[in-house]
Amino acid sequence: MHKTRDFLFHVYMVAFLLYLLVPLLVMGGAAFNDSKLPTIVPWKGLTDRWFIDLWNDSRVWIAFRNTLLVALAVVALAIPIGTAGAILINSVSGKFRAALYGMMVAPILIPGVVIGISTLLFWNHLSVGSGLHLSVLGQVSYIASFVMLLVLARLQSFDPGLEEAALDLGASHGQVMRRILLPHLYPAIGAGAAIAFFQSIENFNVTLFTRGGADTLTVYVFSKVRSGITPTINALALILIIVTLLAAVIYELSRRRRERRERILTVEE
Amino acid sequence: MSAGIDLDNVVCDFGRFRAVDKVNVNIQPGEFFSFLGPSGCGKTTILRMISGFIEPTGGVVRIGGKDMKGQRPNQRPTALIFQNLALFPLMPVWENISFGLEVRGVDKVRRRARAEELLNLVDLPGAGDKMISQLSGGQKQRVAIARALAVEPQVMLLDEPLSALDLKLRQNMRAELRAIQKRTGVTFVFITHDQGEALAMSDRVGVMSHGKLQQVANPRDIYNNPVNGFVASFVGENNIFSGEVQNAADGFAQLKTAHGAFRARMEPAARGTNVKLYVRPEHMKFSGTPGAENSVPVTITEVMFEGNFISVQAITDTGLHVTSELRNDGSVAIPDVGTRLHVSFDAGRAAILPDSATAGS
Amino acid sequence: MQALFERYGSGLAAAILLLTAFWLLILLILPNITMFESSFRPYLPVVDVGGPKDTYSINNYMRIFGGDVPMSIFGFEVTIAPRVKVFLLTIFYSAVVTVITFIMAYPLAFYLAKIVSPRSLPTLFLLLFIPLWVSEILRSFAWWIILALKGPLNVVLMSLGIIDTEIRWISGFSPVIIGLIYTYVLFMLFPLYNAMQSLDSNQIEAAEDLGSPWWRTHWRVILPHAKPGIASGAVMVFMLSAGSLLVPSLLGSTTSGWFTQTIQGVMLEEQDWNTGAAFAFMLLFVCTVFVTLMMRVFGVKLSDIAK
Repeated sequence: MHKTRDFLFHVYMVAFLLYLLVPLLVMGGAAFNDSKLPTIVPWKGLTDRWFIDLWNDSRVWIAFRNTLLVALAVVALAIPIGTAGAILINSVSGKFRAALYGMMVAPILIPGVVIGISTLLFWNHLSVGSGLHLSVLGQVSYIASFVMLLVLARLQSFDPGLEEAALDLGASHGQVMRRILLPHLYPAIGAGAAIAFFQSIENFNVTLFTRGGADTLTVYVFSKVRSGITPTINALALILIIVTLLAAVIYELSRRRRERRERILTVEE
Repeated sequence: MSAGIDLDNVVCDFGRFRAVDKVNVNIQPGEFFSFLGPSGCGKTTILRMISGFIEPTGGVVRIGGKDMKGQRPNQRPTALIFQNLALFPLMPVWENISFGLEVRGVDKVRRRARAEELLNLVDLPGAGDKMISQLSGGQKQRVAIARALAVEPQVMLLDEPLSALDLKLRQNMRAELRAIQKRTGVTFVFITHDQGEALAMSDRVGVMSHGKLQQVANPRDIYNNPVNGFVASFVGENNIFSGEVQNAADGFAQLKTAHGAFRARMEPAARGTNVKLYVRPEHMKFSGTPGAENSVPVTITEVMFEGNFISVQAITDTGLHVTSELRNDGSVAIPDVGTRLHVSFDAGRAAILPDSATAGS
Repeated sequence: MQALFERYGSGLAAAILLLTAFWLLILLILPNITMFESSFRPYLPVVDVGGPKDTYSINNYMRIFGGDVPMSIFGFEVTIAPRVKVFLLTIFYSAVVTVITFIMAYPLAFYLAKIVSPRSLPTLFLLLFIPLWVSEILRSFAWWIILALKGPLNVVLMSLGIIDTEIRWISGFSPVIIGLIYTYVLFMLFPLYNAMQSLDSNQIEAAEDLGSPWWRTHWRVILPHAKPGIASGAVMVFMLSAGSLLVPSLLGSTTSGWFTQTIQGVMLEEQDWNTGAAFAFMLLFVCTVFVTLMMRVFGVKLSDIAK
């Protein structure tokens, strides 16, 4: 009786996956089509000239550099801030804890437009003009929340007795943090850094309002689509997709390898 | 190098709850001292006050003669063995052991050498590169001890370290801990609720109840001369007779009870006071004829073979259950269930005791 | 708080407090307060700021009611300010997107949580995650290509004989909705999956064993258990849709304005930051109301909405 139902479900799953992935393939395919407009029909022949054009487009390189700088800055800020937030929450309890938690999770639910505008207005008030530095600050406000959540989850599996044991053996507080607590948190911090990095790269709403005149990749693609467009955008898109795909696969493989190793070690009891 | 510990009227309050109530004790350097008592008696709190995780609300904690007030745990010359051991899971065994040295800036080569030394001391040679998850319960215990010894503490504090081990392992570890203590000469402060452990390992035992120290003495005195009913009951088995003091002289007293008249040792007390008489099962002797004094007719109800001794339960004509223990060496005949006999005990082996030192007194 | 200082020492504890304060105050609370405050002040040239003309009023908010335009709602003819129309349509279509993503994601979540073998899960998730790793703008762009007049969708449909001439997909709200659904459906899928996964399969089997038909099992056993997931997913999708700027800009047209585009216009083209702040605050307000509504209706706390 379940057979037909299960079959239907399998079909739905496949259909859904196709629905998700085919558009990406179409977009990638258009990068190779020798046609002035980004499309795969009509197919005018295989070409790599859009990739060459992309390589020669200096604006793209500037946007790329900016995107990278912003992402690195966001990671550099969001990790300490998110980790500090998680540690703080873990050390308090009751209403105070709930209130802190609420405040730290709220940024995820605030529309990027609002974050962008509020950041712009606030720093403008302090006579700080718009630019990529504001984009960094705006992005950190909500990206730190992701880091916080990841670190907080990881903190739950930490035995505070370990900190006490280290103190008892003569360690200073700094040594306890460095040698005992942070090593335990590294997996979460690593994941947080990865998420922060990619969230920053693909951010648009916050960046658009805070960037001043500077370009990031997302803004650049956006402006190109609105103005004149050639399949160089598709070339860029394809490259980005492939890079993120590789990163995702590498991350997943290393995660699986680490899990397998941990499982082997703990069996010997 | 070891230090003594002085607890001077130490008090610890949590809000309105008094966990430790004016505890006074001087632990000698190089002594193996145990705090013995049931859960909640305050022994863990005392340990945390000595190690520095809690500050006393009143009184003074001195280590090596020096007042420890304001000294954080990482500043005190103590090392604590936690109940769940708290070994660092992300470091191999040798790094665990040498952690105390690492935080003091000792270089890696010397640390590794010292870790190997200590592994030999605790009988785990060559285990340095293993991860904690690969060790058995007993092995983890020894790593925890080695880690504590590495910082050459003047005082070792042990928080019920053997409670998670099975019986055979526990007995082995008792002997090992005692041997390590003698070898290193460090002052050991051991807390436990297991009286057998405390008696077997310690130079002296401090029995605690409800935050107060009931008695501090060596194991033999704790067992043979308990100062009050609590200590007598907590350590070892007892037969208890309740009654009224008739007269008292020369350290002995006559007691009138519902089951007969008895004579036993007693501190002076007024005539007519209600008291309890304690006598241990191994001092209860059977015979066919009534004894000269302290004798009661009983009927045997149960005989239980427990290995090296036999527990004999009986009931008096007045309805009181008594227990006797006979050695399994053939020296005395084992009675059968249902036999009527007389059981008696020597007055010098029984004591009339007050209840316990309660909070506030 | 005292526990914090005892546990980490005063130096580290101070650093922790400072970092958190910086985050919450300077990156979050103060900017929003500034925005809120600015929304009540008029747009003035720099010299006049702080002077007599700088008074508080709700003028900026009233700007939403500028100009009237006829519109029919469910057959009723009303005149309504165009910005208000845009605002209301944004909310309406965001809700539509939320509902559709739920309908699409629910069977799949159930499939992943209960039917598929656990061995295939990691690979399936990896495949599902790929679109998320790809940037949002690229996801919208992909549909821009597909829905183009001479684009692949039309070509395929025509070659299959389903339609005769190319359909102008990119007009009206439909492409925006299609784009929003595609972009955000995964944000409904994963919370739903998480919620369903914690349901003990034995409960489903028990219901079946007691004779319950599949739809009733869902209605009475599975759906209620998935409530936190539904709330979480609905909140995410609604907020992302209502706040989306990329998708409506790329796939929309002049007839399908999205409120975020209105805000963009006011902020970046008119450079009237104060009115922009007012409109942004309205958007924030709507989203907050929605979140609170979801939390009440589904009995969910903020902590459940974490990914």
